[in-house]
Amino acid sequence: MSAEVGSGAPGPLVEMTDIDKSFPGVRALAKARFELLPGEVHALMGENGAGKSTLMKILSGVYSRDGGTVLLNGQPVEITSPRQAQDLGIGIIHQELALMRDLTAAQNIFIGREPRRFGILDEGRLNRDAAAIFASMNLRLDPTFKVETLTIAKQQMVEIAKALSYRSRVLIMDEPTAALNDAEIAELFAIINRLKAEGVGIVYISHKMDEIKRIADRVTIMRDGEYVGTVRAADTPIETIISMMVGRTLSAETLAIPNTAAAPVALEVKNLNRGREIRDVSFSVRRGEILGFAGLMGAGRTEVARAIFGADRRESGEVWVHGKRVGIASPKDAVAAGIGYLSEDRKHFGLAIGLDVRNNIALASLPRFTGPGGVLDEAGMQKEAVAYIRTLAIKTPSDTQEARLLSGGNQQKVVIAKWLLRDCDILIFDEPTRGIDVGAKSEIYKLLNGLAAEGKAIIVISSELPEVLRLSHRIAVMCEGRLTGILPGGASQEEIMRLATLREPAMQVRHAG
Amino acid sequence: MTDTAAPAVKTGPRISGAFHRLLAFSGLIALVVAFSLASPNFMQTQNILAILQATSVNGVLAIAATLVIITGGIDLSVGTLMTFCAVIAGVILTYWGLPMPLGILGAILAGTASGLVSGTVIAKLKVPPFIATLGMMLILKGLSLVISGTRPIYFNDTPGFNQIALGSVVGQVFPAVPVPNGVMILFAVALLAAFVLGKTALGRYTFALGSNEEAVRLSGVNVDRWKIGVYAMAGGIVGVAGVLIASRLNSAQPALGQGYELDAIAAVVIGGTSLSGGRGTILGTLIGALIISVLANGLRILSVAQEWQTVVTGCIIILAVYADILRRRTL
Repeated sequence: MSAEVGSGAPGPLVEMTDIDKSFPGVRALAKARFELLPGEVHALMGENGAGKSTLMKILSGVYSRDGGTVLLNGQPVEITSPRQAQDLGIGIIHQELALMRDLTAAQNIFIGREPRRFGILDEGRLNRDAAAIFASMNLRLDPTFKVETLTIAKQQMVEIAKALSYRSRVLIMDEPTAALNDAEIAELFAIINRLKAEGVGIVYISHKMDEIKRIADRVTIMRDGEYVGTVRAADTPIETIISMMVGRTLSAETLAIPNTAAAPVALEVKNLNRGREIRDVSFSVRRGEILGFAGLMGAGRTEVARAIFGADRRESGEVWVHGKRVGIASPKDAVAAGIGYLSEDRKHFGLAIGLDVRNNIALASLPRFTGPGGVLDEAGMQKEAVAYIRTLAIKTPSDTQEARLLSGGNQQKVVIAKWLLRDCDILIFDEPTRGIDVGAKSEIYKLLNGLAAEGKAIIVISSELPEVLRLSHRIAVMCEGRLTGILPGGASQEEIMRLATLREPAMQVRHAG
Repeated sequence: MTDTAAPAVKTGPRISGAFHRLLAFSGLIALVVAFSLASPNFMQTQNILAILQATSVNGVLAIAATLVIITGGIDLSVGTLMTFCAVIAGVILTYWGLPMPLGILGAILAGTASGLVSGTVIAKLKVPPFIATLGMMLILKGLSLVISGTRPIYFNDTPGFNQIALGSVVGQVFPAVPVPNGVMILFAVALLAAFVLGKTALGRYTFALGSNEEAVRLSGVNVDRWKIGVYAMAGGIVGVAGVLIASRLNSAQPALGQGYELDAIAAVVIGGTSLSGGRGTILGTLIGALIISVLANGLRILSVAQEWQTVVTGCIIILAVYADILRRRTL
C-alpha cells in the first residue's frame, strides 16, 4: 500500500518522516509520515483526532515538532513560525476560519503584506489586487465589504483567496468545503486543477469521500496519530479507505434502532425565528428518540439549540415540553423545564474546568445540596458524584480531581452527569465527540443510546455525517437558518447533503436584517 | 457561485455604524442646544473657547487610550504617565536649564519609553493589559513623586512655556477667534492619530489585533512588535498631554494625574469605540471628550454642584455603551 514515485518524476516537494508531537496529556502524533509531489493533490484522511490537522500545523509553522524530520525540496528545514512557512512557499487554509471580522475582505487577504506607497497604505491597489484574485476565482464579491457582513460560505472563499494570494508552492487546505455548496465546490476544484497544472502541491484534508474521489491523486490515511498507509485515489475502493481509517470494518456496527413512533412527544418547537440565523424552524422530539441535526458550518444548528435553551434571544417561536407550553427566557427556565444543553465548547461553556469533578456534577443542582444557613452538603454531593462516576464509567482517580485534568471524553461525561443529576430528560448535545479520541467516541455513542433507551429525548448536533447517521432515529437538516427537511434514520449521505445545500433562490426577498 | 449570491444585507451594519457615530454627535448637538437655551452665557465665544481648552488635555489622553483600546487592550497608566512626562520636562528645563524644545522632546520620549515598557510587558511577558498598566500607573506615580521630591516644579525660568497651551497663534492672525494653542495641538494630534489608524500599517494592525489576534499571528505578522508599537505611540501622545498640562499650570504637579485615565476611557467609550477591540474612531473619541467637557461646563453655568456633574457623566457612559449594545443586537 505504499506509494511509488514514478521513475523520472521530480523529487517530492515535502517529505515528513517520523514526526512526533505531544500535548499535555495527549500524544497527538507518533512517527507520522507524509509526502507531497509537485502538481499532486494529496488527500489526508482519518477520523477526528487522527492527527491530520496537527501534522499540517507542524508543516505550516503553527506548532513545533517534538521529533522527526521535514524535508522541503530535499533540504531539511526547521519551520518555526507561520511567517517562515509563508516565506518557504507553504500556505494553509485553516479549518477554523482565521479572519479578522472587523476588517474588509481585501484587508484580510493582504494582512501583513499591505501594498504601501511612501509608507502609506495603498488602499486602491489593495482592493484592485483582491478584486483580481476574486475574478480569477469566478467569485463575485466586493473586496471592501467587512468580513463580518459576509455569509460563512463567502468567508471561506475569502480564506481561500488569501491562501491563493501567497502563490505558495505547497498549499494545505484543511476542510475547505465545510461551508460551501456544490457550485462553490466545483469552482474550488477548478482552481485546484489550475494550481496542479502549475506544479503546486496541494494537501487536501476532508471527510467527504466523494470529494476525495473527484479531486485527489493519492490518499494518506492516519489513525490515532500514526501513519496507516498511502494509496492511489483512483483505484482504491472507498470501503478500503474507510476500514484503514477506523481500523476495522464498519458494517459490523450497524445499530439496532428501536421504533419510537408511538412514544409521547417530549419537546416540540414551533416557528422559531431570529433574523437570518434562524428562520421559521419547527420540529419535535419523542421520548426515547435521538434526533440528529445535520448541516454545513454556519447553517444555524447551534443557534437553534441555544435559542431553545434560552442562551440567546429569539424573536418569535414557541417551545412545548411534554405537551405544555413553556416560556423560556434564560437557561434557568430551560433547566427548570428539564432541558439540558451540552455545548460544543466544553471548556468555555460546559465545564468549570478549575473546579473538581464533584462540584461540576453538582453545579446545576446546588439548591438541592444547600442545607440550613446556606452551607453545602458535601457528603451528599460526594455520594451523587461517586454514583455517576460509576454509572457513566468516568475515568478519574476520585471525585475531587480537577475537571481540567480529565480527557475530553471523560469531561463530556461529567457534563452529562451534571444534567442527569438535575433531572433533565431532554438533552441537547452540540458536537458531543469534538476533540474526543476514537476509542472514547464509541463509548459516548453507547451512552447516548443508553440514555435514549431510558426514555430521554435527545438532540445531537454533529458536523460529522457518519456520526449523525450512526446515532439518529431521524435526521433534521438545516441550511442558512432554515430547516430544509427531516429524514428517516437510514437516509443516504447524498440526500442529507442535498438538503444541507438547498439554498433559497437568489432573488427571493431578503429585506429583513 | 454568482447565481447563489445573497444580495442585500451588506449595507445594514454600515448604516447603523454611521447612525451610532451620528448618535454621539447628535447627543453633543442636543447638549449644546439645551445649554444655550437654558443660559445666555453658554453660547459666548469666551465660553466655547474655555470648553475647547478644557477638552485639550483629556482629548489628547483619550486619543492615546483609543489606540490601545482598539487593539483590545486597555491603558490605565495614561494619567500618571502624563504627570511623569510633565515632571521630566520640569527636570530638563528647570533643574538642568536646557532650552524649551529639549524639554518638550524629553517629555514625549519619556512617554514613548514608558509605552515601550508597557507594550513589552504585555506582548512578551503575556501580562494582561489591565494588570500591566495598573502596575505602570503606580510605578509612574511613585517615580514622579521621587524625582520631584514631592514638590511641584515651576517653569518660571522658561519664558513662553505657558504659551504652549495658553497662547494663541490663531488669535494673532484672527483676533476675533483666539483659539488657544492647546486646542490646535489637540486637533493636530487627532489628525495624526486618524492618519496613522487609517493609512498606515500600524493602524491596520491596531484594528486587526483587536479583531482577531490569533488570525493575525497565523497570517505571519509579527504580532508582538506591532502591539508594542501601538503602546509606544500611545505613550508618545501621552507625552504631548504632559507638556500641555504642565504649560497650562506653568508647573509639573507630581501629585496630579490619577483619575485622568478614567476620564480618557470614558471619552473613548462615549465616542463609540468598543472595549472588546476591533472598532473605533478618533472622531468619535473627540466627540466623546467634548461631550464630557460641555456637560461639565454647562452644568457649572447652571450652578449644578460638581458632585452632580460626576453623577451625570456616569449615566452618560452607561447610556452610550447600552446604545452600542442595542446597535450590535440589530446586526
